[in-house]
Amino acid sequence: MEIALGHYLTVAAIVFTLGIFGIFLNRKNVIIILMSIELMLIAVNINLVAFSAYAGDLVGQVFAMFVLTVAAAEATIGLSILVTYFRNRGTVAVEDINLMKG
Amino acid sequence: MMLQSIAFYAFAGVLVGSAVLVIAARNPVHSVLFLVLAFISAAGLFVLLGAEFLAMILVIVYVGAVAVLFLFVVMMLDINFVRLRQRSMRVLSVGAIVGLVLMVELVLVIGTLIAAPDAGAPTAPAVAGVTNTVALGDLLYTRYIYLFQASGLVLLVGMIGAIVLTHRKRVGVRKQSIAAQVGRKRSEAVELKKVTPGSGV
Repeated sequence: MEIALGHYLTVAAIVFTLGIFGIFLNRKNVIIILMSIELMLIAVNINLVAFSAYAGDLVGQVFAMFVLTVAAAEATIGLSILVTYFRNRGTVAVEDINLMKG
Repeated sequence: MMLQSIAFYAFAGVLVGSAVLVIAARNPVHSVLFLVLAFISAAGLFVLLGAEFLAMILVIVYVGAVAVLFLFVVMMLDINFVRLRQRSMRVLSVGAIVGLVLMVELVLVIGTLIAAPDAGAPTAPAVAGVTNTVALGDLLYTRYIYLFQASGLVLLVGMIGAIVLTHRKRVGVRKQSIAAQVGRKRSEAVELKKVTPGSGV
């Protein structure tokens, strides 16, 4: 193949770094933080699938499927916690979330 | 071959660009829409890698379910986004440093791969002559059947958790309670009164 494995890994690395950076950039908005986590998970999946394709090993794709499953469950739980919190407190700003004094 | 390169650079460029816009967009609704674009570009990359099944799963599950869920939450909650939009430069610089360090680490990982290209032998070699979906299903339903069941369990727990978290008892609404109807006793429903003749109740 003309496109080397390094190309895919570079794209995944850039997207993963953007996900991390998004958490710092929008540290007041929980929804954007959840979206940044989704970006990081998609970068991980690109890595897994690229390694799977170039090593000729299907296990990477099976693992990527499990990552997708867990990511879907995580998004569901995160958003429902967000909805419940907004219903109780009327805000989703991260610095206001201090009920447990953490 | 030329076409493959063009497709790769197009999908990769759109993916990185939309990832930047997800974290930089002022309006969270725009962020969600750019997230959808990023997912679709990633699905294009998966197709280029020969993982068609995962690409379709990504479009159906991620674009169809997760991103739409995000969109619902963003639009349903009446959040004051103006207050959330203020950004402090101090945190931004810390984030830039962390991102830079992470980027260097990831580049070093890729450098190691170039230095030692033959690390690790395949445990489940790709089967020639069958489609990606068939090969994946063959692996998933035999060797990884218990993990497959466990991932179903994870989804079940996620579903129950979401229902438990967001369900609320609404007061002032008349609803049928079958348990209360069936469990009614004669003693709490009927009362016998001694009525003396000629005087009324």
